[in-house]
Amino acid sequence: MNVADSPRYRKITLTVDGEERTLEVDTRTTLLDALRDHLGVTAPKKGCDHGQCGSCTVLLDGRRVTPCLTFAIAHDGDRVVTAHGLADGEVLHSVQQAFVEQDGLQCGYCTPGQICSAIGMFDEFLALHPSAVTENLTAPPELTDDEIRERMNGNLCRCGAYPNILAAIRQAAEA
Amino acid sequence: MIPFDYERATDVDSAVATVTGDPRASFLAGGTNLVDHMKLGVAHPHLLVDVSRLPLDDVAELPDGGLRIGAAVRNSDLAAHDVVRARYPMLSRALLSGASGQLRNVATTAGNLLQRTRCVYFQDVTTPCNKREPGTGCSAIGGYVRYHAILGASEHCVAVHPSDMAVAMTALDGVVVVRSADGDRRIPLSEFYRLPGDRPDRDTVLAHGDLVTAVELPPPPAGNRSAYRKVRDRASFAFAVVSVAAELTIGDTSITSARVALGGVAHRPWRATLAEEVLVGSPPTEATYAEAAAAELAAAQPLPGNEFKVALTRRVLASVLRSLAEEARR
Repeated sequence: MNVADSPRYRKITLTVDGEERTLEVDTRTTLLDALRDHLGVTAPKKGCDHGQCGSCTVLLDGRRVTPCLTFAIAHDGDRVVTAHGLADGEVLHSVQQAFVEQDGLQCGYCTPGQICSAIGMFDEFLALHPSAVTENLTAPPELTDDEIRERMNGNLCRCGAYPNILAAIRQAAEA
Repeated sequence: MIPFDYERATDVDSAVATVTGDPRASFLAGGTNLVDHMKLGVAHPHLLVDVSRLPLDDVAELPDGGLRIGAAVRNSDLAAHDVVRARYPMLSRALLSGASGQLRNVATTAGNLLQRTRCVYFQDVTTPCNKREPGTGCSAIGGYVRYHAILGASEHCVAVHPSDMAVAMTALDGVVVVRSADGDRRIPLSEFYRLPGDRPDRDTVLAHGDLVTAVELPPPPAGNRSAYRKVRDRASFAFAVVSVAAELTIGDTSITSARVALGGVAHRPWRATLAEEVLVGSPPTEATYAEAAAAELAAAQPLPGNEFKVALTRRVLASVLRSLAEEARR
């Protein structure tokens, strides 16, 4: 390996679940790998690692994204909230509580991503963002079951726990 | 993945200068396609110049009633923008039909335009592909071609452009604004993408180092009806088998304006000018829709395995036109 091909390391700072963390990463490190392997924040799960399954979904500066499809180096100074940082002490976030009450999971692997995605989805809905199934683009949307299904299309559940995931999100939406 | 350097761009001109001066540098925006390609070994830049935080994230109304969309505007923000929803609903629909909420929150206007084909052979570095490695051959010809071209392909490449947004922008007569070391130039979307010919590695007419800074849309015709319809293999989060972006304005007895583009059928979003010629001046009838669709598809050359797309495109186009005319009558 010549010098041009040697790895490049950079120091970055991330605020993860409210805590400022400084770490040195190879430029090739994805944000997901930085969270899991460098910082030990394992709530975001690695499923497909190609942005297709949503199991790694986190809130990046308040918006739901898949950190497997972005390099950590591009997020120096950014704020990440994972499912690990949602609870207030022993009190679960309302979406987490709804997943517990509605049994919105089987194996649980997709759950942290589902929950972060649902929270991001609620914020988009409250900002009146339409979806592909919204009938009238110029009226405020309603959060019907079809809307929830469409808006959660980026989160797969291989156990097929979708009916209860939907019920949990509906419960949280109505809370 | 090979090691690479990373720079966060501070201004447009220096970003353009850096990439122009380094053949192995690449712009990075949302990264949803590029990062994936770097993982797959399809792309291997030595330097990423991150332009995602440049102040190109504005959507502004133009004095002529048109709209200027910054290159770094996120797909989700563009789809939800009040003016887009009210005056360019076809564009909102196209954006919302693509990808997932997570991806649309990251993907940018320019990145969406410049995303590369989802041809499975292009994305699989173990198979020959003229788009990825010119001269190695095309694995799709004689292979799995459900998502491949029926119009404008060549013996070297039968891939299609995967964007929904670009299909709508093509129908809407969008103009891409590009900064290069020599200054700005404006390229109509209908001239922005190339057909594959013998250089399928080149998707667009851009040169290395050119940076898309905005897309401008002219004002839409008064009283128009428009739609974006996407046919796909599952109800959500899937690329188009075929898509139609169409806008009609209908007078007392005849169609007075028509703009139509097709997705999923060619190496570029396919402006259906032959269909438009049939439509304008004709009465909004079944015969007109069928004739328009037939005119556009007359030159179709399907591959063994995707013949169905010719009839499918014809039917979907006629159906969209019919829906728009019915909507106009109500």
